[in-house]
Amino acid sequence: MTQTHSGKQKQERFYQILDEVKDPEIPVISIVEMGMVHQITIDERTIWVQVMPTFLGCPALEIIRNSIQERLLQESDLDEVFVEFIRNPLWSSERITPIGREKLAGFGLATPSMDRLDQVECPYCQSSGTSLVNLFGSTACRSIYYCRSCKEPFEAMKPI
Amino acid sequence: MSHETNSLVPDQLTEQQRLILVDWLIQLADDEFIIGHRDSEWLGLCPTVEEDVAFSSIAQDEVGHAAFYYELIQELEGVSADYLAFHRPAHERKNSLLVERENGDWAYTIVRHYLYDLWDQIRLDAMVESSYVPLAHGAKKMKREEYYHLIHFQHWFTRLAKCEGEARERMKHAMELVEQDLDDLLDIGVIESDLISWGILTKPPVEMRSEFYSQYKELCKDLSDGSERRIIFSKQVSKGRMGQHSPALASVLENMTEVIRFDPNAQW
Repeated sequence: MTQTHSGKQKQERFYQILDEVKDPEIPVISIVEMGMVHQITIDERTIWVQVMPTFLGCPALEIIRNSIQERLLQESDLDEVFVEFIRNPLWSSERITPIGREKLAGFGLATPSMDRLDQVECPYCQSSGTSLVNLFGSTACRSIYYCRSCKEPFEAMKPI
Repeated sequence: MSHETNSLVPDQLTEQQRLILVDWLIQLADDEFIIGHRDSEWLGLCPTVEEDVAFSSIAQDEVGHAAFYYELIQELEGVSADYLAFHRPAHERKNSLLVERENGDWAYTIVRHYLYDLWDQIRLDAMVESSYVPLAHGAKKMKREEYYHLIHFQHWFTRLAKCEGEARERMKHAMELVEQDLDDLLDIGVIESDLISWGILTKPPVEMRSEFYSQYKELCKDLSDGSERRIIFSKQVSKGRMGQHSPALASVLENMTEVIRFDPNAQW
């Protein structure tokens, strides 16, 4: 497929629509901001969306598939939307965009790096006086922490 | 797109390669499926609420991994992943005996899962460069998730191994029970040499097993009373990988297929 000027505009428009598809477990962040959309391919009135799952056993995947299809069909003149969950390349928590990270912090979710699991900054008061309470949290992708400074519990995305 | 010369292309496998690959995938899938179900049985019964959360999350990961393996089999065999998970009788299951055992006490649960995860890690390491590319991709993904399980169980194991009194006795007893099933867990069956010669596994199972047992010996030191802990392995031949199971598997299957037997068209 040749990448014409209008082709590029079209791509951008579809990415904007996909940016309205939220992660059902974290409704403040979109799948684009989560870095889950690998690529989209458009052919006439058909679109293929390749999505990288965060965790293999994530129960939200089918909900995400349905929301992508619903949104794209609603807001464009597409006839068909195919959503494929791919295993290569791998999603990693490093793919979350800077805007995505800000939104997660506002939601009370920290985004630590792999080598600093025990030194996570509190998303509410930015204190580094926090402790890990449980590696496992309310969803497969989160851990639970406690801030000794503002006394608030908070969660962090598991770096993977 | 260029393929590496030695990679196995899904639709160009020989009949023999397909059979061997499916046998191996069933072992992996059934192991993860059954341990995941055993994990889920702890919900509401764990010693702390944090562990209720942890075990549910770990169960979800393991069942997710099972679903990944069942889907790979579905691509090769055309049999649905749901059928593979819920409709096969016990004698067609190839999980190890260790994962089907009843949960027992907390010590047994921790020891069983930690040793299973140590073996699983060695197994995944031997698959990240697998000639079967879809398997290699999945192994890389699973390794990142399993990292958290390993930290968790290592922490619990070390903590319990340092205890005195009844806790220590329970840990020793748990080790004895798990030991009896280790040979069965580490067995791969008659397909071993083919897995290596086709590059599905990149490390010989003999080396994988010796890696496991040297890690295991280190753990036993934590539980010894100064004297060298005597390790006795059962010399029985593999059972789980050949579809020979204990009554515990039948009861797990009965429990997990209750809904689908009641209403085969149930949706969730």
